[in-house]
Amino acid sequence: MVELVVYVWDSLPLVLQLGLKIGAIILPLLAAVAYYTLAERKVIAYMHVRIGPNRVGPRGLLQPIADAVKLMFKEMIIPTNADRYLFVIAPVLALAPALGAWAVIPFTDTLVLADIDASLLYVLALTSMGVYGVVIAGWASNSKYAFLGAMRSAAQIVAYEIAMGFALVGVLMAAGSLNLREIVLAQSGGIHQWYFLPLFPLFIVYLISGVAETNRSPFDVAEGESEIVAGFHVDYSGMGFAVFFLAEYANMILISALTVIMFLGGWQAPLPFAPFTWIPAIGWFFIKLAGVAFLFLWFRATFPRYRYDQIMRLGWKVFIPVTLVWIVVIGVARFFTPVGYWFA
Amino acid sequence: MTFLQFIFYLFAAILIVSSLLVVTVRNPVRSALFLVLAFFSAACLWLTLEAEFLAIALVLVYVGAVMVLFLFVIMMLDIDIAKMRAGFTNYLPLGLIVAVLMAGELGLVMFSKEFSAESLPRPAGQIAEYSNTKALGSLVYTDYVFAFELAAVILLVAIVAAIALTLRRRPVTRYQAPEQQVKVRKEDRVRLVTLPTRPEEDA
Repeated sequence: MVELVVYVWDSLPLVLQLGLKIGAIILPLLAAVAYYTLAERKVIAYMHVRIGPNRVGPRGLLQPIADAVKLMFKEMIIPTNADRYLFVIAPVLALAPALGAWAVIPFTDTLVLADIDASLLYVLALTSMGVYGVVIAGWASNSKYAFLGAMRSAAQIVAYEIAMGFALVGVLMAAGSLNLREIVLAQSGGIHQWYFLPLFPLFIVYLISGVAETNRSPFDVAEGESEIVAGFHVDYSGMGFAVFFLAEYANMILISALTVIMFLGGWQAPLPFAPFTWIPAIGWFFIKLAGVAFLFLWFRATFPRYRYDQIMRLGWKVFIPVTLVWIVVIGVARFFTPVGYWFA
Repeated sequence: MTFLQFIFYLFAAILIVSSLLVVTVRNPVRSALFLVLAFFSAACLWLTLEAEFLAIALVLVYVGAVMVLFLFVIMMLDIDIAKMRAGFTNYLPLGLIVAVLMAGELGLVMFSKEFSAESLPRPAGQIAEYSNTKALGSLVYTDYVFAFELAAVILLVAIVAAIALTLRRRPVTRYQAPEQQVKVRKEDRVRLVTLPTRPEEDA
């Protein structure tokens, strides 16, 4: 039976094989996005001592399906004076990088679609392109609110991308590799070897910058309801709105996955012996992923929105200096102190 | 035609068409977006040369940061297409000089023996462990370290100069002092007053 499956798989053309592999990543991801939205509503509801959605299906479990169907059948209105092509293409530009970055994410030691050498750079480059969707949407809508949202978002993303990039420089200094799989392997040996301990400031900076990059609360000035209605996607309806929504949640899951890979040991068990090894590697990956993804929801239920000048101050005057100092600390500690092995 | 050739011609065609559109499209925002497309296609072409670090750095720096700031500025312009067309004849001589110069430079490269396909054969494929990033890094930090540091210092000076040029503190504007804001304690702002809960019962 197994031989037959292997034989059929090998006889498929390469393009079809790749297509199937991509589908095997994208489809579960989209399902995860759908249920992440439900998890968000439920988690925030419980934190507010409410029940949350509970009408569609048992305990509200079919709510995301109902939402998706509703959005698909709604009319997508294009404003009269909007730039038609850019208006339609903007949601696609927001979603494509969020999905494309998953090509290099290693789920386990062997389970990775494209095991390329510069995968860390690839991820950085693709996530830096997500801002185009927001900026183009804001401009093409030809609306003041949308435009203000786009401007805020562009300034914020550019600021936090630098801090994020520097945090990753620390990781690649410690791991000595740009390959995400090798970065995880460099953290093997148990929880004390995971990079969140020696690189603790970078871990915090990366996590908070990740929240800011995805325009999530408390950094969601780009769509601040009370100030600029809904920000850059105020003029979108139906599928256009749904795709922006998909992109935001896919990005959150992506940032969670990257945090797990870079700082929390990827697919590795906390301690390399039973009972921790009873859970398979991919199980650990998803457990950690869910843990970080939960933080995003927790933040939203806990913190009030930052003021805009506070966001800029935090990004430029706190995070960037912290990362620069810690990069020096890594270099010195690695070569001139007895705990150097810890930073490698 | 191999698959690699097909990829090359595809991205080369996209690159040329999008670069033409950068200078012919009337709307500056669209023109900037076509420039983004041109950068991206150029990065894809570099990838086919196994220069993955340069390719990704091009996307990261130019597409991810520089063009975002360009768009940021262009989108805030009040676009008046008629006015922009009016200057066309004024700028034509200057544009022609630049075009002739660039065409001449391209011609020098293309028709000289130094850069012909025979004198510069395509480098052989690298071994499996070869890392483009590592090779570039060891070159930049050993052989060319002084040039590299010099470039870094020049950029630093540019940053300082740009900040110094735009830093204008007008005396009438009032600024917030975040370090004082975060130091505030409840006792400084809140005064608890005990009030009688119900009016005094009189007679």
